[in-house]
Amino acid sequence: MKRVRIGNGCGFWGDSLDAPVRLAEHGRLDYLTLEYLAELTMSILAVQKAKDPTAGFASDFLDVLGRLGPVRKRQPNLKIVTNAGGMNPHGCAAKAKALAHDTRIGIVSGDDLFPRLDELLAAGHALANLDTGEPLTAIRGKVVSANAYLGARPIAEALAGGAGIVVTGRVADASLTVGPAAHEFKWNFDDLDRLASATVAGHLIECGAQATGGLWIHANEETRLADVGYPIAEMNPDGSFILTKPEGTGGTVNVETAAEQLLYEVTDPARYYTPDVTADFTSVRLANGAANQVHVSAAKANGVTDSYKVSIAYRDGFMAAGTLVIAGPNAERKARLSGAILLDRLKNAGITFAESRVEALGAGDCVPGVVKTSCDPAEVVLRVAVRDPNRAQVERFTKEFAPLVTSGFAGTTGYTTGRPPVREVFAYWPALVAKSAVRPNVEFL
Amino acid sequence: MALLSTLAHGRSGDKGNHANVAIIAHDDAGFAWLKRHLTAERVAEYFAPLGPSRVERFEAANVRGLNFMLYDVLAGGSSRSLRTDTQGKTLALALLQMEIETP
Repeated sequence: MKRVRIGNGCGFWGDSLDAPVRLAEHGRLDYLTLEYLAELTMSILAVQKAKDPTAGFASDFLDVLGRLGPVRKRQPNLKIVTNAGGMNPHGCAAKAKALAHDTRIGIVSGDDLFPRLDELLAAGHALANLDTGEPLTAIRGKVVSANAYLGARPIAEALAGGAGIVVTGRVADASLTVGPAAHEFKWNFDDLDRLASATVAGHLIECGAQATGGLWIHANEETRLADVGYPIAEMNPDGSFILTKPEGTGGTVNVETAAEQLLYEVTDPARYYTPDVTADFTSVRLANGAANQVHVSAAKANGVTDSYKVSIAYRDGFMAAGTLVIAGPNAERKARLSGAILLDRLKNAGITFAESRVEALGAGDCVPGVVKTSCDPAEVVLRVAVRDPNRAQVERFTKEFAPLVTSGFAGTTGYTTGRPPVREVFAYWPALVAKSAVRPNVEFL
Repeated sequence: MALLSTLAHGRSGDKGNHANVAIIAHDDAGFAWLKRHLTAERVAEYFAPLGPSRVERFEAANVRGLNFMLYDVLAGGSSRSLRTDTQGKTLALALLQMEIETP
């Protein structure tokens, strides 16, 4: 029986640069997927592209591709599927071609709706906020990016066209896995149960080491996370698969790590919406197999929708956050007072903010008011953050931490990193658009 | 009294300004307890300081899991929240520290 091994070596932009190379070297892979795009990565890439038309993609991919050179030479059949293209899949593919000139590169685009926003609005697509119902016209002037999440079909088309590397813009994370599986097993795109099965596989591996011991609640020294292996789905033609990792690596794959990841960032587990299928995550059985192997049964679909999700980002002011360390006794109380003093001094100078927050980290403020400390901590981290439409006000805020080192409470220290940086805020606007309004595009280089 | 973590493990993450908290029982008896006692109302009350607009509970019996959606709890979500934990990564651990009557 034909099996296809798909490994994911990158769970987000910023993930380990060594993981993809190690996974490709030791994973006996048919496909290496690399996932770079979080919800707001696209807005950052859009701003980069506006400054430099050749930029706007996940540049880490080029570094990784370069370092994959020797492995690719030894494994000429290894294919790579990545959404590193971001806002500029053509620019990304051109630079990748320079590093892999013998390889046919497939480019998937058509997700970028920003140039078409007014056309879409005029045609009656409201692009209303999925959470609030507000029409996009409320923030139209501030929008910096708008991307539909494309599905697996254009990826499968690129592979069928002979691509050894597929570079996409925004596609659903799981579709990076569904595309290769559908292509290899020649699944029909209305065979929804099979697409749902590969969607489960893609969902389990899309966050990299989160399936193999990373974030696992029972991880400890014996889990060997320093050497964590990245996840592999060994797919069968019927959609069932084995979740595993390269032999000899650290980390753990068991029904606990798989179950935690199955429900990660999920709303209704019976209805996990992707452009390919609405997958029923409650329909699969997980069973421990040999060491670091979990058998996952084929899944059921719960239909498919006629819309794509659209991720829209818009400018929403500026923010900054700075920290100091406050030693005890009474560290928590002194930290909260110090934060109030900092904001009071700014207020006295006529500077207020749309929003501000004081945290005493070490005293339960990751989940404020819910988790309580049972003792007086030896020290806490004071963190103060502000957000405001006026950049100058936020700049002024960043200069108010240092004075507390001499004019605050005894035990104030930790001012070693200088003034905190100011960053622009891009707020997130989720929407839907009819599939008929979007034209996925496949080209080759 | 015991902690919820004696019965279950879990993981949490973000969906815009909303968070999901998955709680997964270690065995069938634990799952039966979760279904009966870990209601959406009880979880909403536990996380009340974060001000959820509502809490919805879903079942994934195949993994003995309950998935809670906590709406509007991330102070703006990963893009604009001023919190340290902008993505709700620590919420599952917080819930697992809930004190429960020993089953």
